[in-house]
Amino acid sequence: MNETYVAQLERVTKRYGDVLALDEVTLRVRPGEVLALLGPNGAGKTTAVSTLLGLLRPDSGAASLFGTSPDDVAAKVRVGAMLQISGVPPTLTVREHVASFAAYYPSPLPVDRALELAGLSDVANRQYGKLSGGQKQRVHFALAMVGDPDLLFLDEPTTGLDVESRRDFWRQVRQFIGDGRTVILTTHYLEEADALADRIVLLDQGRTIAEGTPAEIKARTAGKVVSAVTRLPLERLALLPGVTRVERVGVAVNLHTSHAEATVRALLAADDGLHGLEVKGATLEEAFLSITGGARDAVAFTEGVQA
Amino acid sequence: MTSATVATRAAAARPRRNLIKLVATETRFEFLKLLRLPVYSVATLAFPLMFFLLFSTIFGGGEAQGVGTARYLLATYGAAGVVSAALFSFGVGVASERGQGWMRLKRVSPMPPAAYFAAKIGMALLFAAMVVVTLTLAAMLIQGVRFAALDWLRMLGMLLVGVFPFATLGLAIGYLFGPNSAPVVINLLYMPMAFASGLWMPITILPPVVQSVAEFLPTYHYAQLAIGTVGGTPLGESTLHLLVLAAFTVAFLALAVFAYKRDEGKTYG
Repeated sequence: MNETYVAQLERVTKRYGDVLALDEVTLRVRPGEVLALLGPNGAGKTTAVSTLLGLLRPDSGAASLFGTSPDDVAAKVRVGAMLQISGVPPTLTVREHVASFAAYYPSPLPVDRALELAGLSDVANRQYGKLSGGQKQRVHFALAMVGDPDLLFLDEPTTGLDVESRRDFWRQVRQFIGDGRTVILTTHYLEEADALADRIVLLDQGRTIAEGTPAEIKARTAGKVVSAVTRLPLERLALLPGVTRVERVGVAVNLHTSHAEATVRALLAADDGLHGLEVKGATLEEAFLSITGGARDAVAFTEGVQA
Repeated sequence: MTSATVATRAAAARPRRNLIKLVATETRFEFLKLLRLPVYSVATLAFPLMFFLLFSTIFGGGEAQGVGTARYLLATYGAAGVVSAALFSFGVGVASERGQGWMRLKRVSPMPPAAYFAAKIGMALLFAAMVVVTLTLAAMLIQGVRFAALDWLRMLGMLLVGVFPFATLGLAIGYLFGPNSAPVVINLLYMPMAFASGLWMPITILPPVVQSVAEFLPTYHYAQLAIGTVGGTPLGESTLHLLVLAAFTVAFLALAVFAYKRDEGKTYG
């Protein structure tokens, strides 16, 4: 394993029964980098994180942290993790929970400092079971950072939070990682990846489908969907300028395009009976389809695309 | 092996963790966690006390296995209290912590797995000692039982030994069953076992059928050892009781390890 990476997956494959959760995924995280794994539910994000943390054994391929096994205590003392958990024991106070995790690490942050960073100073002596949802989430964050980790895992950290709490959380994370910590974040919010990450890896159905800075990814997902009822065959539509993918939806067709104006112009010129024209912004999910569609369009069209 | 080349943050010589302090902290929090849970702490402390007072009054003045019933019942209710403290704290605790994902977070942290179990054993020993002390005070103040300090310590020591087999059984149940079914399973095991082994009323007054079943239960052998420490005459050989209890502990441990491995293999998210 290469030691210049803080965290590394090399051609990792993991399957659950018939479901291929990770398909030869390679991920190399450099020191100081904030990496977002972005993808819809079931894309393999949590499986990737669980493999890196040693909670799962890959079927093939290898995972490492700091150039050593994720099970190695030398690696574990440098890692903090915020996992998707439903709760921690309810009858201990916030301070007691944070203090118990602090004891696991050789040089933790002072407990008061961790409470302050997570915005928990006011509720430090309250039992976990009596906190609000947002406060509980902040306790999970405090547990992840109290060990003063070099590498921080945030697995869908803001799921279930309202917009305002989400923004507060991002601010806390940015403040905490400011001095060169490495972060691996999983999320299905493009906005969250954009707010925190230096680099985004798009995962879909267990595969890496795109990778780049937030600006690059946003440019690629900024496509539009042109929808219309037309007589033109799918094969013909696929060749219009800007079109990355075509799908039939009832009587209409959806054209995913990177250049909506050019597509519409060509579409109107080619079919004078066209009606029901609509242009919509692509959602992240549509953008995913358009990226994956773009990668396999040759095959997609000979197979007639999905109905 | 930390590789200093990796980090932008200084990662080289970090101080070592203090493992003794770690386990002590963990034990304290395990103890507080359950003490603040009335469902557990009140049930663990109050039930043996209530039933001890009730039955020692009913059978007051009598004798069983060659010792006054108050002394006798102090040993058996002490045993019942220890068994229930160990079974419930381990079984229900482990099942619910597994269900919440708390266990996954602990596994990812650098906490040595042994510390988790050591802390839970420590906590169960503390609760067990509290049960025995409460019962002893009731026996002395209300039933006029008298103890030489050394005899009492022998009883306490013997009773605390019971934490190990029954905590191990609780551990296996905690890994085999979910947070909702674990308490039910434990009650279904604990209640008939406690009754048939003579933990609630002297085994000598139970029907012969029940007495013969008792010999197959770990609680029976445990109770006979406890009765031996308060001046009673154990049924059967003490050495045999100890061996049987040890064998049960090993069997429960094997079951717990099997259940733990099975659980570890299927954890994913």
